[in-house]
Amino acid sequence: MDEALIQRIQNNPKFQELQHKKTSLSWLLSIIMLVIYYGLILMIAFSPKTLGTPLSAGSVTTIGIPLGLLVIVSAFVLTGIYVRRANTEFDQLNKELIEETRQ
Amino acid sequence: MMQRLSTRLTFAGMAMCASLPTWASGAIEGAVKQRDLNWHAIIMFVLFVAFTLGITYWAARRTRSAKDFYAAGGGITGFQNGLAIAGDYMSAASFLGISALVMGSGYDGLIYSIGFLVGWPLITFLVAERLRNLGKYTFADVASYRLSQTPVRCFAAVGTLVTVLLYLIAQMVGAGKLIQLLFGMSYSSAVLIVGVLMVMYVTFGGMLATTWVQIIKAVLLLCGATFMAFMVLAASGFSFETMFATAVATHPKGISIMSPGGLVKNPIDAISLGVGLMFGTAGLPHILMRFFTVKDAKEARKSVFYATGFIGYFYILTFIIGFGAIMLVLGRPEYTETIMKDGVSVTQLIGGANMAAVHLANAVGGDFFLGFISAVAFATILAVVSGLTLSGASAVSHDLYANVFARGRADEAHEIRVSKMATIALGVLAILLGIAFEKQNVAFMVGLAFSIAASANFPVLFMSMFWKGLTTRGAVIGGSAGLICAVLMIVLGPTVWVKTLGNAAAIFPYDNPSIFSMPLAFFVTWLVSTLDKSESAQRERALFLPQFIRSMTGIGAEGASKH
Repeated sequence: MDEALIQRIQNNPKFQELQHKKTSLSWLLSIIMLVIYYGLILMIAFSPKTLGTPLSAGSVTTIGIPLGLLVIVSAFVLTGIYVRRANTEFDQLNKELIEETRQ
Repeated sequence: MMQRLSTRLTFAGMAMCASLPTWASGAIEGAVKQRDLNWHAIIMFVLFVAFTLGITYWAARRTRSAKDFYAAGGGITGFQNGLAIAGDYMSAASFLGISALVMGSGYDGLIYSIGFLVGWPLITFLVAERLRNLGKYTFADVASYRLSQTPVRCFAAVGTLVTVLLYLIAQMVGAGKLIQLLFGMSYSSAVLIVGVLMVMYVTFGGMLATTWVQIIKAVLLLCGATFMAFMVLAASGFSFETMFATAVATHPKGISIMSPGGLVKNPIDAISLGVGLMFGTAGLPHILMRFFTVKDAKEARKSVFYATGFIGYFYILTFIIGFGAIMLVLGRPEYTETIMKDGVSVTQLIGGANMAAVHLANAVGGDFFLGFISAVAFATILAVVSGLTLSGASAVSHDLYANVFARGRADEAHEIRVSKMATIALGVLAILLGIAFEKQNVAFMVGLAFSIAASANFPVLFMSMFWKGLTTRGAVIGGSAGLICAVLMIVLGPTVWVKTLGNAAAIFPYDNPSIFSMPLAFFVTWLVSTLDKSESAQRERALFLPQFIRSMTGIGAEGASKH
C-alpha cells in the first residue's frame, strides 16, 4: 500500500463508516458475551443456591440447567449475528470502499 | 461399598474441580492395567489409519509450495475449516474428561464445558478476520507485522514451542495410557505408533492432510457422541426430567448433582480458570494457524461460526453422556473394580473415572460400539498431536529459520525442508518425552499450556492488532513477563508444588494463574511501550495506520493459491 492510497482510504467516509460499525458491533457483542459468562460464574461463586432452585415445585431439574444451556446457545447466536452482518453489510461496504479508492 | 464409592467419587470430583489440569490431560492417573487385545477397536483403528494415509498420499501430491504446506494453499472452505477447528479442540481429554466430570459431580461439568466454549465468540468478534487479513502462516506474522522481526519472532516462536510441547507431552502420555487400556497394547508401542503416524501425516501431507485428518475425526466423534446421547435419552423416554430424576436417584450425592458444587469453595480460582480458558483459546498457536487455511476474511468468520456450533453441540452431548453414565454405568458391578491404592482398597470404574464415556459406549452399543469409540478416541489423539506438531514445526521453519536466521531470504523449497526436519525432530522428541514422562503426573501441563497462551501469546497478538502504541520492546518484555509469571505461579501452586513435588504447602495459593498473569502481561506491555522513546518505536507507531487499514479491509492480504 502506498502513501496516496492510505490517504484516500483514510479520508473516504465509507472507511470511517466501516470502521465505526465494525468496531462498535464487535465490542458490543464481546461485552454481551463477557457479561453473560461472568454473570454465570459470579452466580456460581456467590449465589450457588439460586442456580439450585427447582424449575417448578417437585421437579428435579434446576434453574441452572436451562441457564447453562442458554449460555452455550447465546455463544452460538452472538457469533451468528456478527458473522451475518459482517459477511453481508460490512463486506458490501468494504467492496464499495475498495472500488472507490482504487485508481 | 456404595459409601466407599461415594467417597472416592467425591474425591475425584473435587480433584477435578480444583484445577483444569487434573482432568484435562485425559491421562489416567497412576498405573494402568493392560487389558486383553480389543479386536473390534484395533480393526476399526487400522481402517482409520489406512484411510487417512490414503488421504495423506493424495495431499502429498498437491503439496508443493510453502503455502500448500503451512496453509493447505488457502483453499479450505469455511465449513471444512469449522469442522477442523472443532476437531482440534474436541480432544480425547474433553470428551472423556468432561463426561467423567459430569458423572462425578453433575452440574460442575457443565460449567467447564461453558468455559471452553465462550472463548470462541471473542475470537470471532476480535481476532479471526484481522488475523486472516494480516498474517500468512503463523500468528507471529501478525505480531511482528510492524515491529522488529528478530526479537518478536523469537519471542513468538518460544511462546509457540512451549505451548505446543506442554500440550504434546500431555497428549502423548494420555495416549499411551488410554491405548494401553482400550486396545491392550503396551504403553511404549502406543506412544511410538502415535509419534510415527503424526510425523507421516505432517511431513508428507502438510496442512492439507492434517486438516482432513481433523475433519474425519471430528465427524466420527460427533456421530459417536450423538448416538450415545440419543441412546441415553431413549433410555429415559426422551424426557430430561426423567433422565435427571433417574440420575439423582442413582448417584450417591443425590440432588446436589443438580447445582454447582466444588467450584463454589474458591471463587478466585473459578474466575481465574474462566479467564485462562476464554483467552487461552485465542492464544493457542495450532488453533490460530487454522485461520490461514481459508481464502479470505469472510471464510475465516464462517469457520469460527461453524466451529462454535459444533463445539457447543458437542459439549451439550458430553453433558447428556455424563448423566447417561450415572444412569447406566455408575455402581454397576460389570464396570467396577476394587483396587489397592496407597494401601487402601478403593472401588472405582474399571480404568478410572475418565473411562465413564467408554463404559457407557459398551452399555448402549455393545462390544462393537465400544470398539468404535475406542478407535475414535485414538484417532482423536492422533489428529490433535498432528495439528500441534505442524504448528511447532512452522514456528521453527517459518519464524526462526526463514525470518530470523535467513532474514527473509530463504527460498521456499529450503524452508519446507527445514519444516519437515523440524517435524521429524518434534516427533522424536514427543516419543522420547512421552516415554520419559510415563510415570509422572502430567495433568497440569494442559492447564499450563492454556495459561501461557492466555498470558504470553494472546496479549502480544491482541495489542499488536488493537493498540497503536505497541513497540517491539513492550511486546517482548510484556509477553515474557506474562510467560514467566504464569510458569512460576503454576510451579509454586498447589498442583505442582504440593501434588507433584510433594511439598507441604503451596507458596502460591491458586491453581489457575491467568487472572494475575494475563493482566500483568498487558500492564507491562503498556508500560514499557509507553516509556519507549526510541526512534524505532516512533516508526513502529507510525506503521499502525497502514496495518489497521489492511486488517479492516483486507487490502494486500494473502490470497489463496490456485492449482
